[in-house]
Amino acid sequence: MNTDIKRRVFLKGSLAAGTVGVAVTAGLLTPQAVMAAWPKAAFEAKSVEDALGAAMGGNQTSASEDIKIKAPDIAENGAVVPISISTGMADVESIALLSPGNNSPMVAQFVLGDGGLADVSTRIKMAKTGDVVAVVKSGGKLYSNSKSVKVTVGGCGG
Amino acid sequence: MAKKSIKIRAKLKDGVVTVKSLMNHPMETGLRKDKKTGELIPAHFIQEVVATSGGKTVMTANWSGAISKNPYLSFSFEGGNKGDEITIAWTDNKGGSETGSAKIK
Repeated sequence: MNTDIKRRVFLKGSLAAGTVGVAVTAGLLTPQAVMAAWPKAAFEAKSVEDALGAAMGGNQTSASEDIKIKAPDIAENGAVVPISISTGMADVESIALLSPGNNSPMVAQFVLGDGGLADVSTRIKMAKTGDVVAVVKSGGKLYSNSKSVKVTVGGCGG
Repeated sequence: MAKKSIKIRAKLKDGVVTVKSLMNHPMETGLRKDKKTGELIPAHFIQEVVATSGGKTVMTANWSGAISKNPYLSFSFEGGNKGDEITIAWTDNKGGSETGSAKIK
């Protein structure tokens, strides 16, 4: 009787361990999956709509002039295109940066934490001349703005 | 680690801390070909950058291979104090990671 109870406990335990094990194995196959925060689907999406849906939870955006994108009109080197995004909107949760001309349009996503301000800059690669799209999630809604950048030499592949 | 992998400058002005950082990373997209062998260079890029200060995460950046080599990242946040430590940590798609920190000036 006593062993029987132990057996039950053991079974339960191994069942639970089994689920964890499966998760770990899945994680091992795709190391990216371990980092839950990294929206893999968004970065692998081939269209802007899919990328936004995966990263920002929707692809319905309304245009807003309140999002300022600072980028060169002509980028001589597509491998290094400086981009700054800022907005005066309140309650900004996250900012997505996309380049629809790239193989995978999703470039970066910035999630603002405690006290984080909607003002980020970085340097990105652009495959060809096209728009740089910034999508801001504010108060659960998505707003976007874009700026066209002429690229003389592409920065992807080659 | 011979070379400091993350350079950070953080400055406090009018209650807003502006952080500028440079990281050392090849940022391979996985689309580029090796010129000699013609084989694709496997993707190797920073996926996640987490900035913390005063025990709070002030900013998380999720990146793809489309961020330029040796990435530059600048952002700002409120609520920081002079002398506070700001820490930036990144993790790449191969599981590598690096952490750097600086004091807010």
